[in-house]
Amino acid sequence: MAKHHIEATVNGDAVEFLCETEETLLDVLRDTLHLTGSKEGCASGDCGACSVTLDGRLVCSCLVLGCEVGGRRIETIEGMAKGEDLHPLQRKFLEHAALQCGICTPGFLVASKALLEHNANPSDTEIRYWLAGNLCRCTGYDKIVTAVKDAAETLRKG
Amino acid sequence: MRYEAPETAEGAAALLAATADARILAGGTDLLVQMRSDVVDPALIVDIKGITETRRVTEEKGGWRVGAAVTGAELKEHPQLKKVWPGVIEAANLIGSTQVQGRATLGGNLCNGSPAADSVPALIAGGAVATLAGPQGLRDLPVEDVMLGPRKLALRKGEIVVSFWLPPRPPRSSDAYLRFIPRTEMDIAVVGVGVSLAIDETGMITAARVGLGAVAPRVLLVREAAAAIVGTRLDRAAQDQLEAAVRAVCAPIDDKRGTVEFRIQVAGVLARRAALIALDRARTN
Amino acid sequence: MAEHGANGGNGHFVGTRTIRPDGVDKVTGRARFGADFNLPGQLIGRVLRSPHPHARIVKIDTATAEALPGVKAVITRDDFADQPSEFVPAGEMMMNYKDVVRNVMAREKALYEGHAVAAVAATSAAIAKRALKLIDVTYEVLPHVIDVVEAMRPDAPVLHDDLFTAGVEPKPDQPSNVAKRVEIALGDIDAGFAKADVIVEHEFKTAPVHQGYIEPHAALASASEDGSAELWCCTQGHFIVRAHCARLLGLDIAKIRVTASEIGGGFGGKTVVYLEPLALALSRKAKRPVKMVMSREEVFKASGPTSGATVRVKMGATKDGKFVAGFAELKYQAGAFQGSPVQPGVMCAYAPYDIENVKVIGYDVVSNRPKVAAYRAPGAPISEFAVESAVDEIAKKLGIDPIQLRMMNAAREGTKAAYGPKFGPLGLEETLNSIKKTEHWNTPLRKWQGRGVASGFWFNIGGETCVSLTINEDGTVSLMAGTPDIGGLRAALTNVAADELGIPYEKVRAIIGDTGSLGFNFLTGGSRSAFSGSMAIVEAAKQIKAELCARAGKLWEAKADQVEFKDGAVRPLGALAEKVKPMTIADFAKVAGKTGGPIVGYGRLNAQGAGPSLGTHLVDLEVDPETGRVTILRYTVAQDAGRALHPAYVEGQFQGGAVQGIGWALNEEYVYGEDGRLQNAGFLDYRMPVASDVPMIDAIVVEVANPRHPLGVRGVGETPIVPPLGAIANAMENATGIRFTELPMSPPKVLKALKERDAESGAGR
Repeated sequence: MAKHHIEATVNGDAVEFLCETEETLLDVLRDTLHLTGSKEGCASGDCGACSVTLDGRLVCSCLVLGCEVGGRRIETIEGMAKGEDLHPLQRKFLEHAALQCGICTPGFLVASKALLEHNANPSDTEIRYWLAGNLCRCTGYDKIVTAVKDAAETLRKG
Repeated sequence: MRYEAPETAEGAAALLAATADARILAGGTDLLVQMRSDVVDPALIVDIKGITETRRVTEEKGGWRVGAAVTGAELKEHPQLKKVWPGVIEAANLIGSTQVQGRATLGGNLCNGSPAADSVPALIAGGAVATLAGPQGLRDLPVEDVMLGPRKLALRKGEIVVSFWLPPRPPRSSDAYLRFIPRTEMDIAVVGVGVSLAIDETGMITAARVGLGAVAPRVLLVREAAAAIVGTRLDRAAQDQLEAAVRAVCAPIDDKRGTVEFRIQVAGVLARRAALIALDRARTN
Repeated sequence: MAEHGANGGNGHFVGTRTIRPDGVDKVTGRARFGADFNLPGQLIGRVLRSPHPHARIVKIDTATAEALPGVKAVITRDDFADQPSEFVPAGEMMMNYKDVVRNVMAREKALYEGHAVAAVAATSAAIAKRALKLIDVTYEVLPHVIDVVEAMRPDAPVLHDDLFTAGVEPKPDQPSNVAKRVEIALGDIDAGFAKADVIVEHEFKTAPVHQGYIEPHAALASASEDGSAELWCCTQGHFIVRAHCARLLGLDIAKIRVTASEIGGGFGGKTVVYLEPLALALSRKAKRPVKMVMSREEVFKASGPTSGATVRVKMGATKDGKFVAGFAELKYQAGAFQGSPVQPGVMCAYAPYDIENVKVIGYDVVSNRPKVAAYRAPGAPISEFAVESAVDEIAKKLGIDPIQLRMMNAAREGTKAAYGPKFGPLGLEETLNSIKKTEHWNTPLRKWQGRGVASGFWFNIGGETCVSLTINEDGTVSLMAGTPDIGGLRAALTNVAADELGIPYEKVRAIIGDTGSLGFNFLTGGSRSAFSGSMAIVEAAKQIKAELCARAGKLWEAKADQVEFKDGAVRPLGALAEKVKPMTIADFAKVAGKTGGPIVGYGRLNAQGAGPSLGTHLVDLEVDPETGRVTILRYTVAQDAGRALHPAYVEGQFQGGAVQGIGWALNEEYVYGEDGRLQNAGFLDYRMPVASDVPMIDAIVVEVANPRHPLGVRGVGETPIVPPLGAIANAMENATGIRFTELPMSPPKVLKALKERDAESGAGR
């Protein structure tokens, strides 16, 4: 069975790759495109460590097949900073120590960015429920919520 | 493993009818998990998201036709659906996480064949009708008749669910969906209850439907529960009758998510709470 | 008397919230975790695991698998030499290499569902998966036993026919599943109970829970034909991994070089080896690099969670509130091989308190489950959960405020612990006082809401540590530590180094060195890495400062008492100051070659004097009486850090441990079927707290300096998971009037207890 030939856009760059039917977008990102920022924590959509956006929509890349993304626009953690400028969320996560081991951090950043683009002034509860699909075992979520709120304020101030 | 993305329902039906072990791909939030854990190993995946009818939301005959492959997130963002069918929309948006809602669909949630599916009790309570497309053409089936048991559907070979029709909403009516999970998010429903009802100017319930999930081999339409509250104002006595009627039809299993007695007990509690929310929404509608 | 910041530590950065040096890479996705390494030509390795919880392995036929195109190596028990029985320390537990080799690859028997039976390396994951299906294993299925009490029964299926209970007299002549019995005692327990005005006795039960790290185990091994090998893996102790692999593969330690990747969580669960010896053995056989990553299901089924346990507690106090007797009997599951954390559980049970009469007995029991691994204060959360529940009951029976009661009995400086030592200064009272002063403690509650408090103890360890500080040619400093950084260590050590050398934080760059770069380092565990690491940094800095002073002495023809190192420079004293100018570290760096060569300092020690960290937690919760669902409303942690090198990461430990405890108390548990198979081997049904499940966790950092550390540091990482179980159980009692003795307190259990209580009291509904 021949592989699928897919052309898509990843973090603004045109990419093309071959994949088997059963390969997920996460497999393709990590193993074929060598973008290892998205992580596999469970491969079942329960931990959010593989979060990316697909045409602007927040999804788990382990729940999307590589062959589904032809012509689509994918954004991963690697595309979040602009050159040397970190996104405010990235800066605030560092300032507030919102990461300990850091494995869940790319997923949280992608998910938080999607949140703030959807709702520029989320309450603590709205943040927690939006991010319920991102598991963290180290931080207890406290400093993550603080960082997201602070980043939201920074972004609102422009 | 092959992958096809037909652009018409007929094309999909033909592929499915011709291939022994074929699976439909909508959101993929169940299929990909099953493939990864070797529960299924299909020879062919048929992606239906290219079929226009599955992706549209349109007004039809006073009601709404919702494509089977519209995602929960898209449903939530639809300007009118939330107002008319808050229970259906909140049910669809309880499935999994924000990420999962970005992909999960009503069609997939129903056709995965799990009696714990979140959106199904709400669709059943709403009186939704599924439109199926197959080699013999189109046919309609009330949602409560689609799932026959765990992973058993009333679909014939080659049939797919293309869309759902939600009937017109009379004034002073609304719906609600509640589920019980041990955490606040991310769990499969241990019990799920959808209630849709209408009231008259005096506040008396004139019509009701109750859908009950995760407490039987299929999602149930509980006529006795609806009968218990029609003609009442959902006073304490009516609430007690509603709880009893719901508990009486429960036939749940003991599993890692809940015990039999727990599910029966909580089913009654949620039915009462969901009915009260629906009533409150109906009053303000 | 503490050497506070000896010789120049000016506290500029220690105690401040600096940005961690590994931070930018972690927020951009650049940081490389275990599964992020790849080598050209690498093969993918996968493991065949037993579907049976207990079975004799009669035959393994790998011929068909080996013949599959793309398969380059298959290994089984035949590829590992057997190991003699020998106990070595691993984390806070002792490991027997005879058991280690069998856990890594089953030999005579499969002892749990998920036990590794064979492994393959192939050119793709798909081929490896297919190859596993072609391996033909003949099992003779045996009866299995899971529960610890069941496993202790005389008629239970016996896992090891050479396991005879140690610690009992007379020595048993029949093998059993009870590996050992341990006991500590102080005073006269019977006399203690005779004095008591109130006695509380309960039996508690906890289920096995997993550390739940988000990153699955991963390793990449590359073996050479000359017998040397390189290994990248996510681990809490790469020197330990090296030791285990050298032993299991029969290699000289110098021939294996292990690089610790960034690690995505461990909590004790990554202090042992699973994939590493397999990857090396496959690579040696295939003559190509082999990469192996566990699936989430494998993590749950084949890596060690912590024990489930049964604990009986009996505690006595006089009516004024003085604890006079503390008894406990602990039965801990070890999993398939001996080595549960029952010993630390026994030692910690009553450690927060000054009690004259204590007797604690513990049993280490094997059963057909994965071998348990350390989980954050191993053993202590379980035993202290039971004791803290009893303490609360005593408080109720005597009508004494629960904080007051703990204050009255708190261990302090000079208290003799039941497990042996006399304590130095301790911070328990300070944490109790901090909690008492909070607005949280003083906020009124409503019906069905409850407030609970509990304290906790963990001893912390020191251990072998080796670090280096190197002055580079431009005056910047390279810091190399040897314990993997699981949550801010590099930032904390950088703070210390910058202060000790009197230079800006940005001029120091910390990395974690591989095993070839440093002397032996014990693993990241026992809350030791900041404690020992900072102690070693102080030593290394001392060496550098002494070296620079010596060089200045030569340059300036001065005597030792005419120079001193202060604020980043060697400074001339007295009359000499009129003749020469101070020389900064950067100045010395420029002339290093001419003045004696490279400037490097080492800290090499077996850190002693680790001080226990005591904490007190306060939790408010609400119970939905119609469904049994529990919502955590508010949570405060107060814990003694001795000296917080980096306050934000200290707070982070408090918050993370508290939330793990919340999960353990309310929803996490391993669910086994009658068939001995794990039913919830995934994040869907193994229910860890998500962001919407918990509130903000207020963290109060108390500092009662540890006099045996130059900066007063105490390890903090483990204590935070100890108090939550008791605090939440106590809050549940206050909310419902029911004492829950079984964890988790999941909704079906809570609702059942409420209904039974209503039925008993004849209440309606």
